[in-house]
Amino acid sequence: MRKYTPKDNVQGKAYYTDRFWVAPRVPRIDVEEGSHFATVVSALKKFAKESYIEVGQLIIHIKPTDNISVLSLLKEKCGYTQCSELSAVDYLARDGEFEIFYQMLNITEAKRVRVVCRIKQGEAIESIVPLFKMANFAEREMFDMFGIVSNNHPYLKRILMPEDWSGHPLLKTYPLQGDEAASWYEVDKIFGKEYRDVIGPENRDPAKIDRYDTKRFSRVGYEVPFGADISEGEKENPIEYSKTIMANYQKSSKQLKERR
Amino acid sequence: MAQHQVNYASTAGLPVALTSVDKLVNWGRSNSLWPLTYGLACCAIEMMASGAARFDFDRFGTIFRASPRQADVMILAGTLSKKHAEFTRRLYDQMAEPKWVVSMGSCANTGGMFNTYATVQGVDRIVPVDIYLPGCAPRPETLQYAIMMLQKKIRRESANMNKNTKQRLV
Repeated sequence: MRKYTPKDNVQGKAYYTDRFWVAPRVPRIDVEEGSHFATVVSALKKFAKESYIEVGQLIIHIKPTDNISVLSLLKEKCGYTQCSELSAVDYLARDGEFEIFYQMLNITEAKRVRVVCRIKQGEAIESIVPLFKMANFAEREMFDMFGIVSNNHPYLKRILMPEDWSGHPLLKTYPLQGDEAASWYEVDKIFGKEYRDVIGPENRDPAKIDRYDTKRFSRVGYEVPFGADISEGEKENPIEYSKTIMANYQKSSKQLKERR
Repeated sequence: MAQHQVNYASTAGLPVALTSVDKLVNWGRSNSLWPLTYGLACCAIEMMASGAARFDFDRFGTIFRASPRQADVMILAGTLSKKHAEFTRRLYDQMAEPKWVVSMGSCANTGGMFNTYATVQGVDRIVPVDIYLPGCAPRPETLQYAIMMLQKKIRRESANMNKNTKQRLV
């Protein structure tokens, strides 16, 4: 039997995947004794579940409840005064968890530390806005894109998507071309739901050709008037000739005489 | 769509239409098309270039206006996101009749390469479009040509607003 693969990543379906391709893994190096990162690890010994170096950056895994104390320790004791980015990664299909990461920067040492923690869906994490002002927008974006709530955030609402949007677009279960609410969003908002029939569904097929649509497509060899209804079929003579042209001059010369 | 459509021409009623009046009015309308400054994405750069010295929209009497109340043409230049669609429609509703819409570039026409959840798949879902410009982004010449085509279209129309009130669904 073929190995079971999770079916809930609907975004993955659109793309070709090689079954035998294995994603290369960045090597993980242990923290060297006496280096700058060793002092960071020893300062955070109480909280770190796991720590290693990836591409010259220290990665520390912690419990999600410790995030405030770890980040304040990093900020005050270790000189990591900037939080350059924070966001989440959707590992719900694989592990049933979100990974939340905080990317920290020490300007004087030119070193970076990534603090990583994992939470289940529906769980909230403590906001780090009291420590870093940048977290205000970043946590709002995390809420908008993943639906992860930050506790004690001063102004937690959607930042990119409109406020009455349904769904969180960066979840792997969110379809790339939008769910039903997304596909009718602008119609519902501007005209109201009753106009869905009038405007019609979105055309997501860029190569769509409708042979009965005489407004948008010209019909080579069977020219018909703009907007004519040809759903019943075409006329026998594709082009309407005037009667004078169609007259057979061989049979009767009356018209010919008139012309002369 | 506005809940009610106010048609001033139908109440005032222009009773007589004379071809020479049509010509005079349309001459005025077509030679002073004032588009709304409405750049949404990279097509706006080409739109700005069309307005600047080298291509010089002013030759056609086309001057960009910053207010929908003063504009006749809405050039939708760029990707229209679903969040913004509502405001596009509001701006369109704020423009005074007669008004025309030019959909500039692939994104405005069909959504273009943004086949995603957040992009309106063609601005004709929101506003009635008169001219679709192909290209990504269309060159300023294309936009000039579109304006000239629009002028042609306007010159063909009846000046009586009553007559050419479009039967609009959208």
